[in-house]
Amino acid sequence: MSAPLPKTLDEFMAQAYAMELDAQSRYADLADAMETHNNREVAELFRKMAAIEGKHAAQIMAEMGWTQPPPYAVAPAFEGFESAEQVPIDEVHYLMRPWHALQLALAAEERAARFFSELAMSAQAEPIRRAAMELRDEEREHVELVKAWLAKVPQPEKDWAEDPDPPRYDS
Amino acid sequence: MNDVATAAAAASYTPASYKSAVKPVWCPGCGDYSVLSAITKALAMIGKPPHEVGVVSGIGCSSRIPAYTSCYGFHGVHGRALAAATGLKLARPDLTVLVTGGDGDGYSIGGNHFLHACRRNVDLTYVVMDNHVYGMTKGQPSPTTEPDWDSKLAPGGTKVRVFHPLVVALAAGANFVARAFAGDPNGTAAIIAQAIRHPGFSFVEVLSPCVTFRPEQKEWKSVVRPAPVAATDDPVRAARLVMSDDGLNIGVLFAGTRPAYPLNDGVARHRVADLEMEFRV
Repeated sequence: MSAPLPKTLDEFMAQAYAMELDAQSRYADLADAMETHNNREVAELFRKMAAIEGKHAAQIMAEMGWTQPPPYAVAPAFEGFESAEQVPIDEVHYLMRPWHALQLALAAEERAARFFSELAMSAQAEPIRRAAMELRDEEREHVELVKAWLAKVPQPEKDWAEDPDPPRYDS
Repeated sequence: MNDVATAAAAASYTPASYKSAVKPVWCPGCGDYSVLSAITKALAMIGKPPHEVGVVSGIGCSSRIPAYTSCYGFHGVHGRALAAATGLKLARPDLTVLVTGGDGDGYSIGGNHFLHACRRNVDLTYVVMDNHVYGMTKGQPSPTTEPDWDSKLAPGGTKVRVFHPLVVALAAGANFVARAFAGDPNGTAAIIAQAIRHPGFSFVEVLSPCVTFRPEQKEWKSVVRPAPVAATDDPVRAARLVMSDDGLNIGVLFAGTRPAYPLNDGVARHRVADLEMEFRV
């Protein structure tokens, strides 16, 4: 489903806010899932990402001068069914390592930068175009931050997905 | 409620308002996370307070949803969610009642209840998370499993024809029939919200991949697409459409005009004391 194109700056920022909340909620879900499956290291990382996305949402509220969240808006789908900054739910594994989690976060930030970049090019209203460019630049900064974080994280071992007691036996 | 009041109510609830503090135990990557998210988003769109919503389920991975919401919940007996939900709605017509479950719970163990819930047309919204497998019990074929799906538990496949839930729902009288995809949580939320608002029995089949026992279902996200036609109010036309598609078209397929079973006017007709009197010996 696609969200309606925003006509005003408020509508656009409400969608951007919804995008941040989608991303926050997905990271929180993933953190819960990893915690339940005793992958604490990755759970902690996803929890941090959820907190960061929550801060971005709060930043939008502050910049817009909103004292209350805007009426519930649907974040537009981009490059698939989900909103740009959301990590796909099915791309995780219960034994994944922080390196994998950061790769997913990097892809999400890059997708968000592309989303705002496309929007900046196609927006008719000048305030929306300017806001989209600002958000694109912010997302590009996030891309660099995640890349720097990724550089400090060891690559996973070759047998990272091997489980001596797997949930499914094929043979 | 007028539009202004509805908007004000909707603004005061967010998806988080409908989530409980209980963490799901589903496998990481399970489609049911997205369906839970879609349900909470749909409820935020509707804007009803959590205490005016009941979520009823049977048994299975997806049937754990009531515990993960802050609404009233009832995690019932295998296959009997619709019976319990029907009772709840008739006793408390003021509640919005959602029923959640999986393909095994709804189409096999609860198959007969499914038929008669469609037929009765009580104002319920039934969300089935269909992954074509019994995931909780380690991967047995379900009624919607493809006949040739080869697994350790069904070598060579079952060779049994698949159950066609949407056609069955239409034939049995469901008043709203839709298919959604867990990988499209916002689209699924919009469909569930529409299903809740539609009077009578609303059936939403959600394709929800099981990443553990059906990892090939991850491919659904590249083949699922919006249904090529708009919803119809003609069940024959809808059934023909559903029979001829490949099971991967999503959207509202049928929105009927049958009146809901007539106890949904928001008035509780019996006090508990009245009911006790009726059962007195």
